[in-house]
Amino acid sequence: MNINALEPAPASRQNNHNPVLATVLSIVPGLGQLYNRRWIKGIVFLVIGLSLIAALSVPIANSIAGMITLGDNPETDDSRNLLVQGLLSSIIGIILLGLYVLNLLDARKDAKKRQEGTRTPSVRQAFQDSWEHGFPYFVVVPNFIMMALIVIFPLLFMISLAFTNYNLYNSPPAHLLNWVGFANFKSLFTEAVWSKSLITVLSWTVVWTLVATTLQIVLAFFLAVLVNDSRVKFKRLIRTVLILPWAVPSFMTVLVFTAMFNDTFGAINRDIFSHFGVTIPWLSDPTWARIAIISIQVWLGFPYVFTLITGVLQGISKDWYEAADVDGGSRWKKFRFITMPHVLFATAPLLIMQYSYNFNNFNIIYLFNKGGPPVPGQSSGATDILISWVYSLTFKENNYKMAAAVSIIMGIVVAAFALYQFRKTRSFREEDMY
Amino acid sequence: MKRSLKSALEVSGIYLIVLIMFVLILYPLLWAFSMSLNPGTSLFSLKMFPDNWSLEHYKWLFTDPSSNYTLWYKNTLIVAFINGLASVCIVSIVAYVFSRFRFIGRKNSIYTFLLLQMFPVLMGMVAIYLLLNTVNLLDTFTGLILIYVFGGLPMNLFLVKGYLDTIPRDLDESAKIDGAGYLTIFFRILIPLASPIIAVVALFTFMAPFFDFLTPQIIIRSPEKFTLALGLYNFINDKFANNFTMFAAGTILIAIPISIVFLLLQRFLISGLADGATKG
Repeated sequence: MNINALEPAPASRQNNHNPVLATVLSIVPGLGQLYNRRWIKGIVFLVIGLSLIAALSVPIANSIAGMITLGDNPETDDSRNLLVQGLLSSIIGIILLGLYVLNLLDARKDAKKRQEGTRTPSVRQAFQDSWEHGFPYFVVVPNFIMMALIVIFPLLFMISLAFTNYNLYNSPPAHLLNWVGFANFKSLFTEAVWSKSLITVLSWTVVWTLVATTLQIVLAFFLAVLVNDSRVKFKRLIRTVLILPWAVPSFMTVLVFTAMFNDTFGAINRDIFSHFGVTIPWLSDPTWARIAIISIQVWLGFPYVFTLITGVLQGISKDWYEAADVDGGSRWKKFRFITMPHVLFATAPLLIMQYSYNFNNFNIIYLFNKGGPPVPGQSSGATDILISWVYSLTFKENNYKMAAAVSIIMGIVVAAFALYQFRKTRSFREEDMY
Repeated sequence: MKRSLKSALEVSGIYLIVLIMFVLILYPLLWAFSMSLNPGTSLFSLKMFPDNWSLEHYKWLFTDPSSNYTLWYKNTLIVAFINGLASVCIVSIVAYVFSRFRFIGRKNSIYTFLLLQMFPVLMGMVAIYLLLNTVNLLDTFTGLILIYVFGGLPMNLFLVKGYLDTIPRDLDESAKIDGAGYLTIFFRILIPLASPIIAVVALFTFMAPFFDFLTPQIIIRSPEKFTLALGLYNFINDKFANNFTMFAAGTILIAIPISIVFLLLQRFLISGLADGATKG
């Protein structure tokens, strides 16, 4: 073992090795590293860098050009593929650009070290170092690339579609797509069919999210407090039954409910309301359909909140209530000033997540009635929320451009909510705890 | 005397409310069960208590040559198992890195993941379809599993990262001083401690393919590759064969094992979820 290596570098080793020059040289990847006398690293960078540039720069430039024109010859060009290739190339381009910048920074860093007189590490040492410092990148980068393909790229594609004229009547491969700017948004806001649909869907989405989720929470809170009463027996049995709607897959229960709510032969009309001589049009009347779907969601959703709140209630110390008894506090006051704050403090993040879950709760809307019943003069059904409307525009009507425009509006709502969440989430406030 | 009377009244009031809830909860469930025992396929003649019980639908699912039920069950198990395994491996190592390392772009990546977690995968389905088409993964389990694993990654990542953040750093720091490498720390120290939340992620990702009819509907074309949810959904979605009774029989066979697992594990699930969300 070389003992000298452990000693601090003597001042005489300071030299006029120039970091700026190293950085400038590595505009051609690898040259800067060679200047730093990191031979192997330099050659590897040079070979990989030059071959990547040689192999990819022309295809990337071509596909981006293709994305801009979206094709000129309907016989040979498929605008969708051009768009896909263009977006993927842009993503790859951005990643390569990032690597390129890392190459510049690396040359600069090594040159600085050299200038201060640190010895060039051996190859083995270098590998060890890159494992030590590179470990997070080795893990995150591949996963991030997959995420970019499967999650980010589709969102970008959807955003792009909103600015094209892609619908059932103008669809590749028979036709070419064109960029149309904000025309789709203009018709969304000005044409009666679209603006009416947008306003009803948007307002119903908000009502649905707020009412269904709040009822869920209120019912769950109420039942949790009741069952938690010390005089109630068979607590275990009661809690197990109350949790059943959560345990049974909702895929099944929603469809069973659809059968039960059927206007003509459903069990609810036949077994219950027929005794009163009325038939309620659960599936065909907008208002009744909305009432039905909110009730179903409350049925499905309260057990989760119930379990959460029960857990918190069991953890509240008895001392609080005993102290309140001494002071002669009424039952309402005990609930208001002891139970409520405890429960809300402990469950608030999860309750907020329930709201965002229902905002995107596609399954129940689609399974119950496919967003129906249809409303005359509107593109959307009466129980359609934004996400289910996007779905039927896309897969039922193949009106991709409008679906994309609506999902951008939805994305803005989601992003606004997300920003609000960022500020609240504790993992961010405590981010720099370590 | 007066006081105990009041108390008795209150308690019976509570029991009454609980009883009403029992009826509301059990009525649809019993109805689903009896639906599967009704002979024939017509909804018109369905009865809560059919005149002649019959197991014909269950028998049909397993024995009829035109029934693909066992095949769908097998497909779903394959997809569910690989999805669960792959998700747990990927999610836990990425969560470990985000929880324990400080590196360039970390904070921005977390923001990106948090934002992405809020967008439903459904929004990008058209592009996913075209993408899988380009790489020839349409109508394959690989394509389906890829969508499940990475579509669910942002959400699951936060569950696990939140949980790992609650485990004191001193533990891995002292292991490091004793000469343990990153992977040793990860497998020997953090994985065992984080097992509750990892179990939650495993269970959720394993169960998801059983009930998701939407993603397979878009990706899978050939009937011999259907998953259970898609196949069963087609029983009632088909315009010409609206077959609710068969659907009920088929879903009850999935619902019973899953409900039992769920009821047994619910306490565990809740504490895993709540710890990650509130402390994270």
